[in-house]
Amino acid sequence: MTEIADATLDRDREIMTVNVGPHHPATHGVLRLVVDLEGEIVRELRPVIGYVHTGIEKSCEDKSYWKVIPFVERMDYVSYFFQMEAYCGAVERLIDLEIPPRAKYLRTLFLELNRIHSHLVWLGTTALDLGAISMLWYCFRERDKILDLFEMATGQRMHTRYFQVGGVIEDIPVGFEEKCRAFAEEMPIRVGQYEDLLDRNEVFLQRTKGTGIVSRERLLELGVTGPLLRAAGDPWDLRKAFDYLAYPEMDFKIPVGTVGDNYDRYRVRVAEMVESARIVAQCLDALPEGPHIADDRKYVLPPRSELSTSMESLIHHFKLVTEGYRVAPGEVYYSIEGPRGELGCFVLADGSAKPARVHFRDPSFVNLQSFRDMAMDGYVADMIASLGMLDPILGGVDR
Amino acid sequence: MPDAPGLELIRGEIERDCPGAVLATSFDRAQAALIVDPQRVLDALRWLSEQPGQRYSFLSSLHAADYLPAEPRFGVHYELINRDRVERIRVKAMLADPGGEELPEIDSCVDLFPTAEAQEREVFDFFGIVFRGHPNLTRILMPDDYVGWPQRRDFPVGGEPVTFTYSEQRYD
Repeated sequence: MTEIADATLDRDREIMTVNVGPHHPATHGVLRLVVDLEGEIVRELRPVIGYVHTGIEKSCEDKSYWKVIPFVERMDYVSYFFQMEAYCGAVERLIDLEIPPRAKYLRTLFLELNRIHSHLVWLGTTALDLGAISMLWYCFRERDKILDLFEMATGQRMHTRYFQVGGVIEDIPVGFEEKCRAFAEEMPIRVGQYEDLLDRNEVFLQRTKGTGIVSRERLLELGVTGPLLRAAGDPWDLRKAFDYLAYPEMDFKIPVGTVGDNYDRYRVRVAEMVESARIVAQCLDALPEGPHIADDRKYVLPPRSELSTSMESLIHHFKLVTEGYRVAPGEVYYSIEGPRGELGCFVLADGSAKPARVHFRDPSFVNLQSFRDMAMDGYVADMIASLGMLDPILGGVDR
Repeated sequence: MPDAPGLELIRGEIERDCPGAVLATSFDRAQAALIVDPQRVLDALRWLSEQPGQRYSFLSSLHAADYLPAEPRFGVHYELINRDRVERIRVKAMLADPGGEELPEIDSCVDLFPTAEAQEREVFDFFGIVFRGHPNLTRILMPDDYVGWPQRRDFPVGGEPVTFTYSEQRYD
């Protein structure tokens, strides 16, 4: 009997290296994990990334400033408005261009809609990983409403190219405000329904409570920002810390967690959706009148209607579309609070019409480093839960 | 952001504790930057992160840029945040290209800021800047067997032959 028991014990202690991914639905993209397992316990974990690296940063150096915008949108493909804002904001700071108040409010509005959209994609797919399959349909139902709003205002459901250097490309259409207001009113009710579905789901609670805990100090060392850091009790949010767009005029709270486990991460993001809906409603209430894009013809396309009557406008249009504008040498790092944390954009100008370097500090890329701490010495199943709650977007990680 | 006089004060204090570490300051477009001696970059970073009253202890981003044709050519940027005062400061170390097959080198700050682990690997991957003392300095986004440093300004865009069935036959 003892011999058999010993043999079983030895077999348990045996370290087995398992490959997860890169193509696996639970890895939320093309992420490969090399995991050393002792039985079901994770003893070592190495994420392998780079499978969707497409050299966007390099390609941007070959494009004039305004042509870079659709490129950077495709890095983190569920938070495209944030990528646009980080890039356009950096270029605006390089050329010292102030954007009109209406553009600030419209940008804030679309950023917050995008934040809800991004969190909905996260909630749907992560709940799916944890066995709550129906959540996906409910979340994607609301996500589709946001995409409808995007389509109504910008003509595209994803990758809208709506933000321009100097403002936004078009004013919102008639009827948008009404639809958007209805959505902002409905969203908190829907979030309440999601909570009803998940907060009493025994399986969901057991898999999230007390798993994947990383201390606040360790998260700060690892440079983790966004909901992950806030779930560990640190109210660090760039929307409050730094002054950009219309956020100083908005009334919203920063949800924080207490222990920093996967359940707190879920609670923080869900609470953020309600706060974002509040910001959307406030943007609509306080939307200032006036132009939606700056009036500096050296950087901003003239209105279409002027092209047939004004020679000046035609020349400006031609110059902007063919060569673009030149930017005096300099460098700017501009960061905003993305759905996953600090999204920074570094732009280096060398005096030509093309940027000499565009770099994105993507929160998924930096946050992924904390995954090892979350998963070490836990079960494989908890590792999958932690990965979902980490919410990496591999397009942003690999760029 | 510290303003321009604030930046000079910080520079003066670092100069007192680590003489010669800071070479210059720049205050451009409301962004404060310290240009440091690449040999002394760790002294400057450690001072900024640990000095009482400063505590720029959160490294939000580490990235590099190629300033070709300027000399020295490479710049390694450290974007630091003081979370108490909510201020940013940039530390910049300029590295010359040793030429030929040799790679420029700088000390790794992983011990000071563990978050730099992946970001230093990324800089190595794309610019060929070696971080001395990094625990695992390998390519991170490009394939392991890739040759060249793609984000350098003299590295051409595109130009990599894609092996489709027909082109394989043609090149053989």
